[in-house]
Parts: sequence; structure tokens; C-alpha cells
Amino acid sequence: MDNLNLFIRSIFIDNMIFAYFLGMCSFIAVSKNVKTAFGLGIAVTFMLTITLPINYLLETYVLRSGALTWLSPDFADVDLSFLSLIVFIAVIASMTQLVEMVVEKYAPALYSSLGIFLPLIAVNCAILGGSLFMQQRDFGSVWTAVCAGGGWGIGWLLAITAVAAVRERIAQYSNIPGPLRGVGITFIITALMGIAFMSFLGIKI
Amino acid sequence: MSNKSVFFNPFSKNNPVIVQILGICSVLAVTVKLEPAIVMGLSVIAVLAFSNVIISLIRNTIPTNIRIIVQLVVVAGLVVIVSQLLEAYAYDVSKQLSVFIGLIITNCILMGRLEAFAMANKPWPSFLDGIGNGIGYAIILIIVGFFRELLGSGTLLGIQVVPDCFYEAGYVNNGLMILPPMALVTVACIIWVHRSFNKDLQEK
Repeated sequence: MDNLNLFIRSIFIDNMIFAYFLGMCSFIAVSKNVKTAFGLGIAVTFMLTITLPINYLLETYVLRSGALTWLSPDFADVDLSFLSLIVFIAVIASMTQLVEMVVEKYAPALYSSLGIFLPLIAVNCAILGGSLFMQQRDFGSVWTAVCAGGGWGIGWLLAITAVAAVRERIAQYSNIPGPLRGVGITFIITALMGIAFMSFLGIKI
Repeated sequence: MSNKSVFFNPFSKNNPVIVQILGICSVLAVTVKLEPAIVMGLSVIAVLAFSNVIISLIRNTIPTNIRIIVQLVVVAGLVVIVSQLLEAYAYDVSKQLSVFIGLIITNCILMGRLEAFAMANKPWPSFLDGIGNGIGYAIILIIVGFFRELLGSGTLLGIQVVPDCFYEAGYVNNGLMILPPMALVTVACIIWVHRSFNKDLQEK
């Protein structure tokens, strides 16, 4: 039940885009049309759901202060948490490469539709941000990490798809002041949508 | 391109944030108050300058296939140093910045400059490019932080600047400025003003 609650929270209240602004660069650059936006959203969801549990296990059994006691009681005061940034980013970069190779081999159709986005995900702040939030909040188990990762990913997917849909319409039908065209108006759309998402605050299941 | 234009272009004409639209995440997230915005700006300037120099020095030995991972490792190493220094000497600010110091690693400005400039240029121009882009980023950060703190809390760097008589006359701080969405609107306004003066940047 707690995990379900966390999952819903991660989608709507702790939304990666509207509450934390993570992954904004690719969000702004790719939200020009719905189809590519959806493809990137799926890829981000997938990577978050995979990397968060892996990083959770590394954090719990290797990096955290005193985490190495399962090897030998002598390691009780070893604290490797200063290495966590490098370990997390290495896991994310190598998982991206791995997933890219697997998808290329076994699902060429999906690979060509995601194409360029897969390698770029390694530098998407939403993925690393997810792992860093996981480190800050003490998650109870791997399943909690999976739920949070999936929820954040779906929230990101929802945000980019919604904004892309609005941008498609605006580009066709509206007469926006010259200086605001393109990027400027996208910021304002995202802000308005963020205010709308704030109405989800306080949801509890 | 001369060293001078490498250094000064990112200030306005080729600003990393409002023209190239890179590194938006942290601009929006750390600018509720001015102080963390300044610290964040300085950290990015330092990481950007040194990672540019390091990548530029080893650019001929990096195999093309794994260059992203090499760049990430160099940047991550520098970010670890910065975050440890902040925790040691400015603990309060580093608590306020929380995960965003770590997120400098995935700041698109870094990857963008390393790919576009440091991989193809000598160390000294790369160093200037790093400092220039870092300052361009810090300027935007400070403008956004200034307006959000002034309008949202009536203070600057934690010191009250809106006089008490304003509050007695019925002035109220705009609570919306502290919330995330107004950061986006502030950046949009900066883009609006900047592009009204630089017509060639406007999109058709």
C-alpha cells in the first residue's frame, strides 16, 4: 500500500518536471511534436525503472556508511559515500550502453524509432536526479525503489507528452509575440501546467 | 575565432542558458534565494573551466566511441571535489543546494561545451571558453535569484531590503515567486527582453 502511494505521489506530486525541473534540457528540445516526445518519455521511464533499483542495491550494500559489514565486521566504519556520484553516473552510462545494444539486437523496430534518444539519456538529469533523491530518502526495499523510479518516469512521460501536444497546437493556430516564440512560450506553458499540477498536493491513498 | 570573442560571446550573444537553452534544470531549482544561486554559479564556473582544460589536454588520446563516458568521469571527479569542498567550508549552503551540486555532472552546458569546444581546441582557449560560459550561466542565475528573492521574500542575501513601512502600508510578499512555476516565468521574461533587443535570435 505504501509503495502504491509512493508510486502515485511520484507521478503527480513529486513530478520530475513540474516540481523539480529535472531533465529540462531534453524536455525543451524534444517537446516539438508528440510522437518523438512520447518515444523519449518511454525511454526515460525504462531507464529510471532499471537504474534506480541497481543504484539502491549499490547504495545499501556498498556505499553507505557501514554498508560493508556483510563482508566482514572489520568494515563497520568504512564510509564510501563520497564515491556515490561517480558510481551512480557510471551505472547509468553503462546501463544506457547495455540497453542500447540489447534493443538494437532484439528489437530493431523499437531501436530505430528511439534511435538518437537512447544514448542521450545518459546525460538526462532526471535519471541521475532520481538516484540522488533515492539516496536522500531512505527507501525501505528494492520494490520501493522500483515504484519510485517507475512513477517518476511515468510523470516525466506525462509532462513531456502534454506539453508537446500544447506546443503542436500553438505552433499552428496562435500568433505569439516574436521574442517569445519557440522557447519562451514553452517555458510559460510549462509554468502554467506546473501550477495546475500543484492542485494534486495532499493526495493520499 | 579570437580568444576575446571566445570569452565574451557567451555573456549575451551566445548565452548558454537563454540562447542555447542548456542547463535549465539548476537555473530553475536553486534560485529561490540569491546566496545558493551565487554559490552554484561559482561551482559551475570552476567545474566547467577545469573540465574543459582536462578534456582539451587529453582530446587526442580519447577513442571516439567511449568519449561520453570519459567526459562523464572527468566531470564527475571534479564535481566530487567541489561537493566535498562545499560540505567542508559552506555546509549550510551545500544543504540548501542538496542534490543539485551532484546534478552539475549532467548539466547539459558541460557536455555541450566539452563536445563542441574542448574536443577541438587547445587548452588555453578552452579554459577561456569554460570561464566565459560559466559566467554567462552565473549571470542568468543571479538575475533570476535576485528577482525571486526580492519579490518572494523581500530580502537580498538574507538581509531585509523592503522597508517595514511598506508592510505596514499593506505590501505583501508575493508567495508565488517562491514556488517552482514562477522560476520558469522569470526565465521566460528574461528571454523575452533579451530577444526583443537581439532580433536575429527570434524564431520565425
